[in-house]
Amino acid sequence: MAVVVRMPALSPTMTEGTLAKWLKTEGEAISPGDVIAEVETDKAVMELETEEEGVLAKILVPEGTAGVQVGAPIAVIAEEGEEFDLDALLAESGGAAAAAEETPASEETAQPTANTEAPAAPAVHPGAAATDEDDEESYALNGAPDPARNLSITPPADSDPVLPEGTEFVEQTVREALRDAMAEEMRRDERVFLMGEEVGEYQGAYKVSQGLLDEFGPKRVIDTPITEYGFAGLGIGAAFAGLRPIVEFMTFNFAMQAIDAIINSAAKQRYMSGGEVSVPIVFRGPNGPAARVAGQHSQDYSAWYAHIPGLKVVIPYSAADAKGLLKAAIRDPNPVIFLENEILYGHSFPVPQVEDWVLPIGRARIARAGTDVTIVSYGMGMHYAMQAADALAEEGISAEVIDLRSLRPLDMPAVIRSLKKTNRLITVEEAWPVCSIGAEICRRVMAEAFDWLDAPVLTVNAKDVVLPYAANLEKMALPTVEEVVAAAKHVLYRD
Amino acid sequence: MAASTSGKKGGKSTGTRGARKRDTAKANHPPAFGREEELRALRDMLLVRRFEEKAGQLYGMGHIGGFLHLYIGQEAVATGVFMARREQDDVITSYRCHAQELLAGADPKAVMAELTGRLPGVSKGKGGSMHMFHVAGHFWGGHGIVGAQVPLGTGLAFAAHYNGEDRACFAFFGEGAANQGQVYESFNMAALWKLPVIYVIENNRYAMGTEIHRASAKAEELFMRGAAFGIPGEQVDGMDVRAVKDAAERALQHVLAGNGPIILEMQTYRYRGHSMSDPAKYRSREEVQKMREGHDPIEQVKRRLLEAGWATEEDIKAVDAEVRKVVAEAADFAISAELPPEEELWRDVYAEF
Repeated sequence: MAVVVRMPALSPTMTEGTLAKWLKTEGEAISPGDVIAEVETDKAVMELETEEEGVLAKILVPEGTAGVQVGAPIAVIAEEGEEFDLDALLAESGGAAAAAEETPASEETAQPTANTEAPAAPAVHPGAAATDEDDEESYALNGAPDPARNLSITPPADSDPVLPEGTEFVEQTVREALRDAMAEEMRRDERVFLMGEEVGEYQGAYKVSQGLLDEFGPKRVIDTPITEYGFAGLGIGAAFAGLRPIVEFMTFNFAMQAIDAIINSAAKQRYMSGGEVSVPIVFRGPNGPAARVAGQHSQDYSAWYAHIPGLKVVIPYSAADAKGLLKAAIRDPNPVIFLENEILYGHSFPVPQVEDWVLPIGRARIARAGTDVTIVSYGMGMHYAMQAADALAEEGISAEVIDLRSLRPLDMPAVIRSLKKTNRLITVEEAWPVCSIGAEICRRVMAEAFDWLDAPVLTVNAKDVVLPYAANLEKMALPTVEEVVAAAKHVLYRD
Repeated sequence: MAASTSGKKGGKSTGTRGARKRDTAKANHPPAFGREEELRALRDMLLVRRFEEKAGQLYGMGHIGGFLHLYIGQEAVATGVFMARREQDDVITSYRCHAQELLAGADPKAVMAELTGRLPGVSKGKGGSMHMFHVAGHFWGGHGIVGAQVPLGTGLAFAAHYNGEDRACFAFFGEGAANQGQVYESFNMAALWKLPVIYVIENNRYAMGTEIHRASAKAEELFMRGAAFGIPGEQVDGMDVRAVKDAAERALQHVLAGNGPIILEMQTYRYRGHSMSDPAKYRSREEVQKMREGHDPIEQVKRRLLEAGWATEEDIKAVDAEVRKVVAEAADFAISAELPPEEELWRDVYAEF
């Protein structure tokens, strides 16, 4: 049966091309794999192969013709001696014009509805994040679509759990809280295991996994070779199959070796598979500058991971948050980046002694209530923010400190609620200023709460330099309590 | 002879314990297929080839966009491995993944609809040619970063090992990916922990436009790439589906017996460019035609079927016609199926509890 040969698209960007040369003449026999013509695309000269058997019955576009549209008929292949009606053939095979229709008759597409609903107002426990009553207003954006709305598909539906009257609190280091979280989840679920460099026999490079090997054995507390790319990928494959890996990076600086696996193989997996493959995995370890370890061991990756759809990014400050959020991260069906801090490992905080302390991911916490200025921070930045709030109080300034706890999802309603109270906002973080979490908060506040600002938002960050080794320079490079105090006073016009 | 005994029984060792070339005489005469096996191989390979040819046509017509990497010429590799693997064994591969997707049992209509970016596509039109999965058939993709699937496949084998399940993983990658660092990180861990993973190197001789000798040291012996880790390897005629199935079966026994990983180097050839936009100027037409005419995996099966008197020309044509019909229906479906609606843009970024 006669078939029409059309100008093919031979590259992702080709819309037209030159029919450079016919390699077969009319009437010549052809068989599968034969090159019948040369086509010049926007990139190269390509050979046009046929998979048909027969003869080149008619050439419709002579060689040397430029600007032949993709899909235009260029020749007819038929069986030896076959008669055909060219017009009928062209009409039957989609006409003389380009072949690909733009779109099929498209269905009426429903507007996304699930995404715009505000989370249900949860029960509140005193001293923790406030209510959601203003959420709808703050997300309204004057009707403009929010490009980051995919995060509200899984809204943090719950607030922190309400603690029973008389709950006992015990002082614990962040290090101990993290270990307890892993141990509790490993007892609860056989699928949970820990892998990383020195997590087992060495008891953790920073002693976070102390005692876990003794309790759970080498099957579930696995010392890896120093091959971050490999074991991150291996953990992701294990998560495909339904295990719940906790992958420890000795520090997140070394996770740079594995960032392709984290982003391309973990974060994007569910979307690319249309929801078929999930990756329940936690990548955790210390992040950000430690002390005197210089450029390659002192970087804050919070904004890097917060940039990526498909990841959740958690960064606790207190021991109670470290424990409750790590337990939540291990149970989460998504890849979670859990950013710790080497300096905070040794800091102690009260941790509630309850049966199963799990916190919702995506909910900020009011770490200190205030009325004059809002300080938004996270992780080690909280260390500066809390001290700055004390210093400001001595000058009669009441600062409200918001600990974000999660960077993705980002609890903007909590930030905006506080801003509506104080009308002044600064951010504090140890990351570099360019494209930082502070910069993101500025973007969101501009769009969602501009009219509530009485002064431009200021961000306090590490200086935009490689972290130096010299003690004096290192100190200059990192944010200081004084800088936070100065920024707060500046937005209050009191400097 | 079981692969696990390689290099110990005085087999043709190349000097490194465990790794060996296939015995030449044996390679020329792999265990014969029965009639049913030959017919299954014919049908599976024809399905892949006709599907890929149709995909190429749809690309030329503008129905398929972006990158499209065709499997034409390499059919015996995936087909032979799938004939050897058991239902529960995992498979993972690179972006040249349509064959594995089809052989794992995905509906050709849904596979073609993925290529045209439509809602009924296997990934709802959101993954495209390079990101196809069929979890029901234990096929885990479809990965676009060269070599990335190797640690992932090692992790699938790790999960089988961790759970104590009777399950292995076939991790496919090209000879170009065989130079990636993460491949060796995976080899090390798989050998260290004795994971049940079969590394299938599809050596089609060209890493995009780079001929293997220009990119790989010891290019003739990729099956030896695990030698430093004590991983045995075998070179296989990847154009002969019988040799592929035989090697894959023995490799499966080897890893399931707790011996750790094994490498199979499948020597194969792709007839088309690396992707649709590759003019393939790095090799001669004669080279391609020589492979097509002398080594085509489908023609080999046809010839054997005819010689054995197990099928007539008409029988073979009937199989081809049946496959062509499946593929034509898939194409018709794929170009008329519904586009993903706007809400799909926002779906599947996160899993919910």
